[in-house]
Amino acid sequence: MNTRTDAMPDSPVGSPFAAPAPISPARRMYWSVRRELWENRSIYVAPAAVAALILVASLVGMIDLPEKMRAAVAASPARQQELIEEPYTFAALLLMFTTMVVGVFYCIDALYGERRERSVLFWKSLPVSDLTTVLAKASIPFVVLPLLTFALTVVTQAIMLLLASARLAGTGLNATLWSQISFGQMTWLLLYHLMAVHSLWWAPLWGWLLLVSAWSRRAPFLWATLPLLAIGILEKIAFNTRHFGALLEHRFLGGPEGVASTGGNMGMASLTPATPSQFLASPGLWIGLVVAAAFLAAAVQLRRSRGPI
Amino acid sequence: MACIEARGLRKAFGKTIALAGIDLRVEDGRILGLIGPNGAGKTTALNAILGLTPYQGELKVLGRDPWRERDQLMRDVCFIADVALLPRWLRVSQALDYVAGVHPRFDRAKAEGFLAKTTISRASKVRELSKGMVTQLHLALVMAIDARLMVLDEPTLGLDLLYRKQFYDSLLNDYYDRSRTIVVTTHQVEEVQHVLTDLMFIDRGRIVFAASMEEVESRYFEVTVLPAQLAAARALKPMHERQSLGRSILLFDHSGRQQLAVLGDVRTPSIADLFVAVVGGHAGQAQGAAQ
Repeated sequence: MNTRTDAMPDSPVGSPFAAPAPISPARRMYWSVRRELWENRSIYVAPAAVAALILVASLVGMIDLPEKMRAAVAASPARQQELIEEPYTFAALLLMFTTMVVGVFYCIDALYGERRERSVLFWKSLPVSDLTTVLAKASIPFVVLPLLTFALTVVTQAIMLLLASARLAGTGLNATLWSQISFGQMTWLLLYHLMAVHSLWWAPLWGWLLLVSAWSRRAPFLWATLPLLAIGILEKIAFNTRHFGALLEHRFLGGPEGVASTGGNMGMASLTPATPSQFLASPGLWIGLVVAAAFLAAAVQLRRSRGPI
Repeated sequence: MACIEARGLRKAFGKTIALAGIDLRVEDGRILGLIGPNGAGKTTALNAILGLTPYQGELKVLGRDPWRERDQLMRDVCFIADVALLPRWLRVSQALDYVAGVHPRFDRAKAEGFLAKTTISRASKVRELSKGMVTQLHLALVMAIDARLMVLDEPTLGLDLLYRKQFYDSLLNDYYDRSRTIVVTTHQVEEVQHVLTDLMFIDRGRIVFAASMEEVESRYFEVTVLPAQLAAARALKPMHERQSLGRSILLFDHSGRQQLAVLGDVRTPSIADLFVAVVGGHAGQAQGAAQ
């Protein structure tokens, strides 16, 4: 009995495994990033929902806009711009906060989730290297989220501005609105802040979260946070100092060296280094990037050697 | 060139030895069944072959070191490690897009052709499909890859009888073409009996039996011995003896068929019976017999 012979089609003549057209690394990267967006729709759904909420809220806020504008005009010239820009700055901060939270949760699950649901074995059955996979996942907090935040914020602010203009038509206040709001400068500052702080300055944060995600067998959120807390507490007990805590605080709340100190301004300016050259010259930036690169390299090695949980 | 060649392949997890230095050679175009009890080292061996785990010893798959050259190797190798591994959020259309996007040897039209024979909708997510359908989808994806080596680790686990039959039928009819090599591990040995060209038993990290199916057919015989001949049959030193419906069934290695025919009905043993004879009970003795 030999059903094999019956079942087999004739072997193709010649070389059956001709070399196919090669696939460029860029194309593999493109599909790997798309795959992340398919899986994690919250990356764009959550910020878009927040943007929609902001627009609804600002629509409600339009009702007494002429009164607010008159109050702002009556204020000192220094306060005037601040008061008029406030809703726009607030919208930007809210969107940035949202994408940062999305980024944190995304990173914690990025390399842990695929091992937990064992689908990592499917992804590994395809010719996509661990390096490409980890870089594609890292590109979400480093590139995709900042650019998405930028685009969404600009669109949201533009719509807010147009709505305000429409509301103020005929009140004679439009000229004040447009003279006080420098949309171009706001946009430029936003992009600069997102790239400088969210992507580059916070790089060790994203690297750390991805590393923990690649390493932990359970509860990656706890592994990402508790060890940092433990180090701080041990340092306090052992040496009665808090350098580690200060380091983290400086990194995630303080911002890089050369921060423009504008006092009580809640605007983005408080987080943005005064000049790009000052920022690029700060050792803190480069130390952070080296640490982030080391974390990511470790994450690549872990993805290679760790199997499903 | 051999498709897979291992010498002294060893892997230990702490004090547990998963692979105790195995030698292995699989020629191109074979369909090898790797059969063994749970924890015998089957999956570890496959993981080493697929470059999913580091190992000691020498191992070449398609002429490459799987651990160090895994990325290149995966262009010529495809595998299904366990069923129902496809991510649950993935849509069928996305699965096709993605594999087509990253795999140079993926033939999308072929995959679409396989899917057309099923009831799987392009818009469905994996989580909406039954287990049988997920397997069909995975198989459609993998069979559309023009790979030189296909590795299947328990591909039909948890599937009902109908799908299991279909699985091996499509593998033979639509995929296997004598130039490809397939390595499969399974517990459902009856289903692969007519599929395999080569058979290997693995137990406690060692290969305890390796033969082509032709060898199995020409070398091993199972005899339902007539009661009167039992003493004479036992004198021929059977590998194994079992009782079934009140009759003694003896399994012989290397005895002449003619000689055995006088003792009772002679036939080729099933893989399951051979496995029990070799691995079950007296593995040590059988190891000698297999060499």
